[in-house]
Amino acid sequence: METNPQVKTTVEDIDRSMYDFRNADTDAYRLQAGLTEEIVRQISEEKNDPDWMREFRLRSLEIYHQTDMVDWGPAIDGLDMEHIVTYVRPDQNKMHADWAEVPEEIKNTFDRLGIPKAERESLGGVGAQYDSELVYHNVRKEVAEQGVIYSDLESAMHGPYGELIRSHFMKLVPPTDHKFAALHGAVWSGGSFVYVPAGVKVEIPLQSYFRLNAPGAGQFEHTLIIVEDGATLHFIEGCSAPKYNVANLHAGCVELFVGKHALLRYSTIENWSKNMYNLNTKRAIVAEGGKVEWISGSFGSHVSYLYPMSILNGRGARAEFTGVTFAGKGQNLDTGCKMVHNAPETSSYINTRSISKADGAGTFRSSVVIVPGATGSKSSASCESLILDDEARSDTIPAIDVRCDEVDVGHEAKIGRISDEAVFYLMSRGLSEQEARAMIVSGFAENVSKELPVEYAVEMNQLIRLEMVGSIG
Amino acid sequence: MSGKLLEISNLHVAVEEKTILQGVDLQVQKGETHVLMGPNGAGKSTLGNAIMGNPLYQVSEGQILFAGEDIVGKPVYERAKRGIFLSFQNPVEISGISLSDFLRSAVAARTGEHVKLFAFKKQLAEQMEQLSMDPSYAGRDLNVGFSGGEKKKAEILQLMMLKPEFAILDEPDSGLDVDAVHTVSKGIRLYQQQHADGAILIITHSTKILESLRVDKVHVLVDGRIAESGDASLIDEINRNGYERFQNKRA
Repeated sequence: METNPQVKTTVEDIDRSMYDFRNADTDAYRLQAGLTEEIVRQISEEKNDPDWMREFRLRSLEIYHQTDMVDWGPAIDGLDMEHIVTYVRPDQNKMHADWAEVPEEIKNTFDRLGIPKAERESLGGVGAQYDSELVYHNVRKEVAEQGVIYSDLESAMHGPYGELIRSHFMKLVPPTDHKFAALHGAVWSGGSFVYVPAGVKVEIPLQSYFRLNAPGAGQFEHTLIIVEDGATLHFIEGCSAPKYNVANLHAGCVELFVGKHALLRYSTIENWSKNMYNLNTKRAIVAEGGKVEWISGSFGSHVSYLYPMSILNGRGARAEFTGVTFAGKGQNLDTGCKMVHNAPETSSYINTRSISKADGAGTFRSSVVIVPGATGSKSSASCESLILDDEARSDTIPAIDVRCDEVDVGHEAKIGRISDEAVFYLMSRGLSEQEARAMIVSGFAENVSKELPVEYAVEMNQLIRLEMVGSIG
Repeated sequence: MSGKLLEISNLHVAVEEKTILQGVDLQVQKGETHVLMGPNGAGKSTLGNAIMGNPLYQVSEGQILFAGEDIVGKPVYERAKRGIFLSFQNPVEISGISLSDFLRSAVAARTGEHVKLFAFKKQLAEQMEQLSMDPSYAGRDLNVGFSGGEKKKAEILQLMMLKPEFAILDEPDSGLDVDAVHTVSKGIRLYQQQHADGAILIITHSTKILESLRVDKVHVLVDGRIAESGDASLIDEINRNGYERFQNKRA
């Protein structure tokens, strides 16, 4: 049964309840909760893994059992792995390239979220994941004709890119990285594989949308993107889920390989419901003269651990991280980024905004590492926090580790509140107090919104407005 | 139709427990331009803020009737929607919101109607040209990094775009060079011409800005009370003799 008949007509009139509608939990196939070798074997079989992948999963599971729980960030006691269902296959498990063939209920879900509409209007390709499986994948003809591959990872493993996937899969984020990386290696499902051949410029963004409908479930999608030398790509991911009273877990993994003089922009608007533990790992490696740009808006989840890492591996490689987090009531968003300067004349730029409200807590950790020999490298960081009331808290924790001379590293942090005078000023022009505050906060987060395609920027500002209204939890 | 727009009687206003205005009476008719002068600390800005409804300024006694209705206690934005406008002496800088986007939201709030983008941009460009503002300012963050002169011009631009019924201009000329004073004065004159029913209260120390404006009444505020009201000739007298006479009168 669908609980909310609301339809999204334009991007302007989104409503938080739009994300909260849920479909009946009518999965065709749902594994028992918890994590055992048997479960991992079942997932592997269900997904028709090649042998190497099955072995990889089992090895990851062993690592998972041997690895301690993280003990340094926000509490995740509410997350009991014995109760998380690792694999939920939606009804009629079949990937579709024609929107009309997607099961009605799932189609309605994505229609409401505006996914196919966005594709028609501004995207070069779309992937839509529902619970553990992709239900739709399509790429525009003109993009496909450039030799760009955009598909699900599972089928790609069996195709001509199988070896390429094998040689890249979880090489940037090995299962030994941390407990949830190991978990991901064992039970991953869904996600995207993108391959952009050398010199190809993809003019319009590709997008993946992740929707977790099943209560008490985990989503473990894997995104693997390889942008060859001289190529460019903009990839966008969006995430949402309806709210349940039980904990849900998102432990996705993103691995980005950026070739020489290639450019990859990776944008995320994350709006998980507030029962979600978002323990996501993202990493990019950038070759000589290449550049990765992370654009990140984190609005949802109960607890987040998210620190996209960029390894600048060739001379002159660059990374930019532009992020905003909004921690509202009951949220603890521990985010940040890591820049590793592993070659000379590399540069990184970090520009973040953190907003916290009610008992929400925002922590921003940045880590800049400049290895011996990476001379002539530059890094600068600007982190600003806005605290909306007396209960909210915000911390900035920079770590800078420089192991060579002739580098230029800077870090600047600011923390502030909305001034009464600014609110009065805007109100004197006819804006209500809420509108005035929302406008100030939107302006504060403009570092991210101005980098997003306009539909996403509008949606992000709507999310801010809804958070500022305060009626949503 | 009654011409009465603003009727203030026996207004007492305190800021942080300190009483600043001690019984101000003031009437403004539609279409009139009034000038409020007075020595530093007399309470001129306090009066402007109290009419606009700044919550830091507490009305302890008296009333402010606007179009016949007491607006004391009404939220700031409601006053703005009814047509009251205050140009700030020191406009606030708001990052991340362009002057153009801000003004479009403000016009929408003021009129209660959707503002069509194309027509709005055209009108904005025209008004900015009248004020000799570089068109690039429309896309810049509101007041951020504007020079003192550009900030003042941006306030007058808002006056011209929002077309209020009653505009309080709090020292629209302070800190401006001669050319900028002329420009600001021109903007106010255009508002007077284009909005015949609109009333203005100009708070100022200097009279340069008034030279090319029609002035209907002048009030001298001393120690929280209107010490004297008169016609434009009062300006010349103040120019010659300062405020001493009014202060003595109060004493």
